[in-house]
Amino acid sequence: MTKVSITVDGVLHESEVEPRTLLVHYLREQVGKVGTVVGCDTSSCGACTILLDGRSAKSCSVLAVQADGSSVTTIEGLAGDEWHPVQAAFKECHGLQCGYCTPGMVLSAVDLLSENPNPSEAEIREGLEGNLCRCTGYHNIVKSVALAAQTMKGGK
Amino acid sequence: MTELADHVAAIGRPLKRKEDARLLTGKTQWTDNIQLAGALHMAILRSPMGHAKITKLDVSGALKYPGVEAAYGADELGDLNGSVPCVWPVTDDMVAPDFPALAKGEVRHMGDCVALVLAGTAAQAADALEGIVVEYSALPAVIDMDDAIKDGSPLVHSDKGTNKCYTYKLQPQGDGAYEAAKAKADVVVKRRFVNQRLIPAFMEPRAVVASPMGTSGELTIWSATQVPHVLRVLLALVTGVSENKLRVVAPDVGGGFGGKLQCYREEILCVALANKLGRPIKWTETRSEDMMATHHGRDQLQDIEIAATKDGKLLGLKVDLIANMGAYLQIITPGIPLLGMFMYPAIYKMDAYDFSCIGVFTNTTPTDAYRGAGRPESTYAIERIMDELANELGMEPMELRKKNWIKHEEFPYTTVAGLTYDSGNYEAATDKAMALFKYDELRKEQVARRASGDKVQLGIGISTFTEMCGLAPSRTLGALKYVAGGWEHCTIRVLPTGKVELVTGTSPHGQGHETAWSQIASDTLGIPVDDIEVIHGDTRTSPYGMDTYGSRSLAVGGQAILRAGEKVVEKARLIAAHQLECSANDLEFDNGVFRVKGDPSKEKAIQAVAFEAFSAHDLPDGLEPTLQAESTVDPQDFSYPHGTHLCAMEVDTETGKSTIRSYVCVDDIGIQINPLIVEGQVHGGLAQGIAQALYEGAVYDSDGQLLTASLADYLVPGAPDLPSFVTDHTVTPSTTNPLGTKGVGEAGAIASTPAVINAIVDALRPYGVNDVPMPALPMTVWRTLNAARQGGK
Repeated sequence: MTKVSITVDGVLHESEVEPRTLLVHYLREQVGKVGTVVGCDTSSCGACTILLDGRSAKSCSVLAVQADGSSVTTIEGLAGDEWHPVQAAFKECHGLQCGYCTPGMVLSAVDLLSENPNPSEAEIREGLEGNLCRCTGYHNIVKSVALAAQTMKGGK
Repeated sequence: MTELADHVAAIGRPLKRKEDARLLTGKTQWTDNIQLAGALHMAILRSPMGHAKITKLDVSGALKYPGVEAAYGADELGDLNGSVPCVWPVTDDMVAPDFPALAKGEVRHMGDCVALVLAGTAAQAADALEGIVVEYSALPAVIDMDDAIKDGSPLVHSDKGTNKCYTYKLQPQGDGAYEAAKAKADVVVKRRFVNQRLIPAFMEPRAVVASPMGTSGELTIWSATQVPHVLRVLLALVTGVSENKLRVVAPDVGGGFGGKLQCYREEILCVALANKLGRPIKWTETRSEDMMATHHGRDQLQDIEIAATKDGKLLGLKVDLIANMGAYLQIITPGIPLLGMFMYPAIYKMDAYDFSCIGVFTNTTPTDAYRGAGRPESTYAIERIMDELANELGMEPMELRKKNWIKHEEFPYTTVAGLTYDSGNYEAATDKAMALFKYDELRKEQVARRASGDKVQLGIGISTFTEMCGLAPSRTLGALKYVAGGWEHCTIRVLPTGKVELVTGTSPHGQGHETAWSQIASDTLGIPVDDIEVIHGDTRTSPYGMDTYGSRSLAVGGQAILRAGEKVVEKARLIAAHQLECSANDLEFDNGVFRVKGDPSKEKAIQAVAFEAFSAHDLPDGLEPTLQAESTVDPQDFSYPHGTHLCAMEVDTETGKSTIRSYVCVDDIGIQINPLIVEGQVHGGLAQGIAQALYEGAVYDSDGQLLTASLADYLVPGAPDLPSFVTDHTVTPSTTNPLGTKGVGEAGAIASTPAVINAIVDALRPYGVNDVPMPALPMTVWRTLNAARQGGK
């Protein structure tokens, strides 16, 4: 077992983990952050995406020990007093159906918009390439991200 | 003194979904989130072989691994090794092999379950699989369907003596009718289309938790399932646990698309072992397990022949299918082709129809329902061959369709397959779609680009589809030998505080039932949408239901909601009349308020009536307290959504890459309850249908190795792989249900595949291409084009 200190959604967790423990399993099973989900075993689907020190990462492709000393934001910690504009936009534009890809999709979109606050449709599609959705056909996800970009710029 | 603001009609409004709050903040209850004290985690050893004898199986080594409590092969499991049920024996002489949860001596597809381990954690259970000793002796595998039905083929089930599961025929006009129609034809076009194998690939992997720790000794099963009600019946029958001791819960379920319409081996195993050991058993599949062990879809060889006069009047249609069952039969495996059987004639009028289907066993994962289940296959074949016929006749493909489709004034219309379509307006949907698409302009551009020899050619693909959905009238299902019914249930309770519980037997997994069902009840009861709580997916709180598949939830379940709501209002009316001292007939009910006709100052809101029904101080003599009602509705008939889908495709003749330039669809699903949800359903269906056309295909090698057994190998499209869509609608209400609704869950998936392939073929027609295999990956298109250029095809 290895000791790790990881801040998850603003709370510092000091835990013992098996060295092989994936960050996603650490989050789900040891910290109880079950909002972050597992969708595949080949890092193809992006359902497990979190923010690792502010940048999106697939938490199935990071060992918990690699995240030692880092700060993780999951879907459960994204909202402050109000929802993050990306969350609000996904609801407004019906950017989710079953919701399983949604935590990862939202956090990828947050990272995308922090890198490119004014993305074109093509840039949104490319930026979300690592996240699979089986329900929406992406049409309304793309709309959601475009709306969130507008909201975050203070426009509307 | 109205107690509440006037009710605004909820039906038809694009209300934002109630479900989203929990899904967007990670407060969702997925089955894999459930952690129970003392639970054992199950891991399954699966066959790496397509077909083999198990010559040695020793599970004892697994017991030495840390945390392991038990390990089982078929021998150790004994009587607990239940068989996966098939509830649709389509013919009396159908060959139905045993499908034990753990294989008995022989594995018949890659992923077949061989042994299992129970341990304290999922990781310990997975580790301990290494301790199981298993030896296989390879048997010849049969993968190709044509090979499987040849004499001398290796047999999937040697004790059955054949790979044929069944032969089914439908000749509504009698034997020889098609041949007679064909004899009058000037043109006959025949094709074989390969409707390839697909994997549902819902995003939430399957998961099961079975706990015997319930009060009064009941066994609770949480499962990522579409069908908690159906599952309870089947688990009771298979495991022998008394049905009234089984509680099945479908918590939040992350997509299904038919893939979670099943009674899976793993569900049977978890229940049987939890019951035996008295401990909770939990299992969650990995994605790679999912790809080989969750049932697959499609996989049909379609020989289709169409006969017409030289001016394009259709005379007859003959369809001969070979349908891949896979290695075993699951819940409705054999019935899937029959759901398409009635739909090959689609929207067209003709004189004769002849259908046959041979179900075939192969050493592959069993097939079963996948979004559309039979109708995407039929729609693909008919819409593809309509384009081929148009080409043969030298007719514009839309003109050929117009010449033959059922005109709006001809409804209700009984088709050559024997179904009666209640309503439709193909002209209106097509006119609207063609205008949105700028059809004529694109045709002109196509002519110009063909003339200029543009290396990127433009193709236009059409699909004027219809489908049957809203499964289904129980008598019809009975006539087709399906063992269950097709009704749906709803209970509505108006609680003392005026809040409403709506209990539905449908079981959502992304469709937004909580929102849409609230809208229906809101209008019926005159109670705000936000005051209505939809309760679903738990056989204890919602004991009756037939669940969600086949675009049935609204078309059938909606009727039960409406009727239960009407019954509530009928009862409330009696109470209101009693208390307002008038006859029930003298009351009008509007926006949730009963008013005395001619004396509108005398009124009572339905919420107030609910409290009176609860206190029961002053009810009419003989009327039972509480304000609630239930309804179980058996649908009168199917409903028939339709629409016109148009795809403009840019095909690079040098690389074979096909890029969708625009996709327009106008769907007619009758009255829409929530247009926002409807649009989302269409988008998702389009994506899956387009994915079949362009990207996806489950591939086996000749030994039965699944080569597409992960999401890295099976191409579920990502956002850059798909375009935005132009969607619109016409509204021709269904006449078979009082809400006038049809289904929408499968429409996009059914309609889009042929539109896409027709577009590619249309682009390449000048080069002599008259078919492109699916998925039309660049390499496939390039090869097809090259073969045609060399005169090979």
